[in-house]
Formats: sequence, structure tokens, C-alpha cells
Amino acid sequence: MADPLLRVRDLRTYFYTENGVARSVDGVSFEIGAGETVGLVGESGCGKSVTALSLLRLVRPPGRIESTSEILFDGQDLAKLSEKEMRKIRGARMAMVFQEPMTALNPVFTVGDQIAEVVRVHHGGSKKEAWARAVQMLETVGIPAPEQRATEYPHQLSGGMRQRVVIAMALVMNPALVIADEPTTALDVTIQAQILELMRELQQRLGTSILLITHDLGVVAETASRVIVMYGGEIVEEAPVDELFKNAHHPYTEGLLNAMPQVGHERERLATIPGSVPPPTAWPKACRFHDRCPYAWDRCATEHPPLYQIGPGHSSRCHLAEEPERRADKHEPFVVMAGAEGRP
Amino acid sequence: MRRQLAARLAQSLIVVIIVTTISFFVIRSAPGDPFSYESTTITPAIRDHWREQFGYNRPLPVQFIRYVTSVAHGELGYSFQMHEPVAVALAAAVPRTLLLTGLALGLSFLFGIIIGVLQATHRDGWFDRVTSAVLLFFYSLPDFWAALMILLLFAYWWPVLPAGNIVDPVMHDYMGGWEALVDRLRHLALPVLSFTLLTMAGITRYQRAAMIETLPMDFIRTARAKGLSERRIVWRHALRTALTPMVALLGLMLPALLGGALFIEKVFAWPGMGLLAAGAVAARDYDLVTATVIAGSVMVVIGSFFADLLHMAIDPRVRE
Repeated sequence: MADPLLRVRDLRTYFYTENGVARSVDGVSFEIGAGETVGLVGESGCGKSVTALSLLRLVRPPGRIESTSEILFDGQDLAKLSEKEMRKIRGARMAMVFQEPMTALNPVFTVGDQIAEVVRVHHGGSKKEAWARAVQMLETVGIPAPEQRATEYPHQLSGGMRQRVVIAMALVMNPALVIADEPTTALDVTIQAQILELMRELQQRLGTSILLITHDLGVVAETASRVIVMYGGEIVEEAPVDELFKNAHHPYTEGLLNAMPQVGHERERLATIPGSVPPPTAWPKACRFHDRCPYAWDRCATEHPPLYQIGPGHSSRCHLAEEPERRADKHEPFVVMAGAEGRP
Repeated sequence: MRRQLAARLAQSLIVVIIVTTISFFVIRSAPGDPFSYESTTITPAIRDHWREQFGYNRPLPVQFIRYVTSVAHGELGYSFQMHEPVAVALAAAVPRTLLLTGLALGLSFLFGIIIGVLQATHRDGWFDRVTSAVLLFFYSLPDFWAALMILLLFAYWWPVLPAGNIVDPVMHDYMGGWEALVDRLRHLALPVLSFTLLTMAGITRYQRAAMIETLPMDFIRTARAKGLSERRIVWRHALRTALTPMVALLGLMLPALLGGALFIEKVFAWPGMGLLAAGAVAARDYDLVTATVIAGSVMVVIGSFFADLLHMAIDPRVRE
């Protein structure tokens, strides 16, 4: 197999806070192939956004990417690049679409200006060429009257339009990888579908790889070919998307799937996962999910599970891989974490 | 937008009228009048005669109506103290004050913004700590005392600059063009320096706070993700947004600056509006007092009007 576009090995991003070291991303390894869409799923605080920021080296102090981490992108280890070399990657080879289109754009510059700026910084050329490219890009993302819209300010556009602008800004240099951090969370449901459709269409047309970060498994089902589930700063399960929905292995993934509302079952009470993500300064020892897990037994509290290979392209960080008979013994979790909401 | 401007203009006019009225009555309710100065050769009868000539013996409301009518006709009255029409005295003084305050304001905003931005980007570093401490020191000094100390330092103990006046009173008229300009600048140096140091601290503080608020915002992270250099992020993306509160501050500071100009003009014998007004109040030079107040309020109103325009230029969100 050819080298993947992105290969992350043992990525660790720690925040050195007054309350201790927050191990937000704690030994994450994964790959993204060229033209592939990978979903990265997990609750708030599981480390998925920090993973995304780490790939672009946008983590700000007190956060730090530990020196053991490798981010091999296009044959370069981004973790070793200087800040100046890294700037040539950002926005050009690897771009990001942020969650909040309301605040991700600068309120005092026109949207055309903000897109053209990326072209000028990375490609050079005249202001006029960059502007023309920006207008063209606005048209590509389906904004009507792009010449007119380019001269407008973010506050003059609707939420959906703004997210299209953010996408145009990310794609203007035709990057190899786009990281989309909850790109539809802040939008109306109808607009969400449009934006997802747009991303899928552009991805097919431009052959861009996408890392789609979301807490919404429904979004993943529609767009991604492979899913990575994160919990407690670690990858707990990874599988092709169909496999994950059919044969979820990790109890956390199972919980996420059960928590999804289903059409036709509206009247039922939605299943929840008891407790909440523990603070990253104090991950539980051994299995980080054991105190919220309905299958947990004594081994889970003493031995940190490795990523077990349980099928082709399917791995799970759960001892059930070795003792599948335990799945029959479903019970209430032993400890429901109390007062763990206050994350730093 | 046009309606906003019209409303703003009407507001300004009302402000000027109210200020004029108040100053008219306040200065007349102070003891004495333009003819009550000490003199052994002027008899009370002569004083009364003068008062009658100028109408100062009539009831206040009548005087007020007469005054307003004459101002409406563009007649600001006569200054007994300057022995010239009020309009002439003002025409000489206003540009001098504008030069002094304008230059000081420009410099203090320029340096205040630069230092404030650097403080915010190097927050809690040595630059932030040192400049904050120095500026806080100047900020906490009383205006007139600090101006006096600067005067002592640079004009007396280490006499490198002239102590007062706008030009050399004797030699200026004999100087060539270049030399005359240098003479002007040398006389400007101390008052502008004092003024700038005293106002810069507040501006720096505001700019620092505005930047600290702006730097963690999402669009700054977007700018980083675009691959922009840190310099471009700070001086283009963050500063443009963080300038908005500074424009509001500019509008707020204008009246205070005119007040501050009085102390500075007094200390450095700078014959501008402040000095003129102070002298006029002391001599009960009625028409001159009211006229300087009118001129001052007009300047403040125009200044804050420009601040509003500047606000619109900087922030597209307030343009509609």
C-alpha cells in the first residue's frame, strides 16, 4: 500500500495548567488516505478538537505537542517543522473549517478580502488576481451573485452563507487535507444538510481528503467512509463506517449509537451514557471508560486495554475483545462519576 | 445614515446652546464685573457710567437676549482685557490650541496604540511590566505638577529647550524659513511632550485591554489556520478589530483634553484657548469668557462628530 496522505503516530498534546497536566490528546495514532473522508467522533472534552488543532500545530500555550509525537503529512513530519515552514502548510496544503461561522470570520474585513488574503499570502500575484480567485471560489461553494457578495461583510450574510465562505476560504488553495471541526453544529438542520452535501460534492470534485470532527454520528454516517471514536484523549474504536454502525464493539461506541434519536421512536426515552467525560487532568487509571461502562469487571479497573484488532480495519480498546462472554453480563456502572463536569 | 447625522447635528446644536446659556449666567453671578478692577483714579460714577454704556446694569434676562441676538448676528463682543474684538482674540488662540492638542493627541494615540499592542502580545513579559509601570507612574501624577517638573528639568536644570511661548519673542521675526520652523518645533517640544506623556497611559491601557480581548477570538485562530504571519495577524486582523473601542475613547477624551490644555498652556505660557479663557475669567471679561466656552463646546462637538465618522469607517457593523 502506498503511503497515506497523513499518518499520525503517538500524538500527545498536553496542557500544563495550574490544576495539573491535562493530557487532552494522549497517544493517538491514525491514518488518512488521499481522497478519503474520515470521521472523528466523541463527546465534548474527549480531545477531538485538540487533535485537529494539533495537526495544524495551532495549539496555544500552555498546550504543547509532546516531542514523541509524529505527524507525517505528505512525507514531512509536521511536528518537527519550524513555525515558518508550518505557515506554508497552513491554509495551503492543510486547511481548517471551524465550527462557528459567526465568529470564525473577521467582522471588519469583506469576505472577498479574507479569501483573497489566503491566495496572496501563499500564491503571491496581484491583488486583482487574488480577488478574482476569491470570487470564483465563492461561486464554487454555491453563493449566488459572488461579485456582489465578495464585497460584503460577514454580518451581512446568513449563517449558512458564512459557513460557505469559511469553506471557500479553506479550499481556495486546493489543499490536500481539510479538517472540518463540527462544521454544521451551529447551523439550522436544513442548512446542515446543504453544507454536508456541498462538502461531499467538493470532495469528490477536488479529491481532497477530509477529517470530519463531530459529536453527531448521523453526520458521520452520511459523509465518512471510516470512523474513529475518541474517548478520554485516546482512540477507543476505529472501523469502516458500515461496520461501526452494524457491529460496534466498544461499549462507549455502543452508548453513542444508542443515544442517537431514531425516526419512529420519538416517544421513547433516549438512552444516555451515565456520568460525563472525566477531566483530562485525571483520567481514570486502566480503562478510562470503566466507571461509566455497563460491562466493566475487575480487569477493567486494573489493566489499560490496548487497541485490539477485532476484524479487518476494525479495532477496539476494550477487554471484551478477549473475553466476549462478558457482554452477557450487563449491569449498572459501578461508579457514576460525580462532580466531574468541571473541566479546565 | 443621513437621518442619524442630522439628528446628531441637532443634538450638537442643543449642547452648544445649553453650554452657552450656563456659562453666560455663571460668569455674571460671580462677584465683580469687567469694571470692578482696583484703581484709585476711576470714581464709582465713571464705573457706573461704563456699566450703563455696555448695558451691564440691566436685568440679566435682558442682557441675555441682547447677547444671544448679537451672537446670532455673528458679533461676539469686545474683550476689555485684550483690547480687541473677541473674534480676533479667538482667531489667534484657537489654531494654537488645535496645534498643541492635535499634535499631542496624534502622538499619544500613535504611541499608545503601538505600546498597547506590544504589551498585549507580550503579556506579562518584561516589556509589558516595565512600560506598564512607567506609564502608570505618569498617569498617577497630577497634570500641572508633572508639566512643571518637565519644565524644570528641560528648561531650567538642563536648559536645552525654551521654557514657554510659541516662538522666540525677539528673534523669531529675524529668522530664515528653516530656522523659524526649528524655533517653532523647539517651543512645541515641551508642552507636547508633557501632554503626550500624561494622556498616553490611559490610551495604552485601553489598547492593551482591547487587544487582550481580541487575541483569543475565533477569527484570530482562523487567521492562523490560513497560514498568515504572526505580524499580519496582530497588526492587521487583531488591531483593526481592537481599534473600535479606541475610537470611542477618542470621542470621550476630547473634552478632557481641552481641560488639560488649560494646565499645559498655563505652565508653558502657551497663548492658546486655555490661557485666554483663564485670563478672561479672572478679569471678568464677560464676552470673552462666553465666547471661549462656545468655541470649546463647538470644538468638542465637531471632534466627537469626527470620532463617529471614524467609527463608521473602522467598523462596518455600525455603517447601516
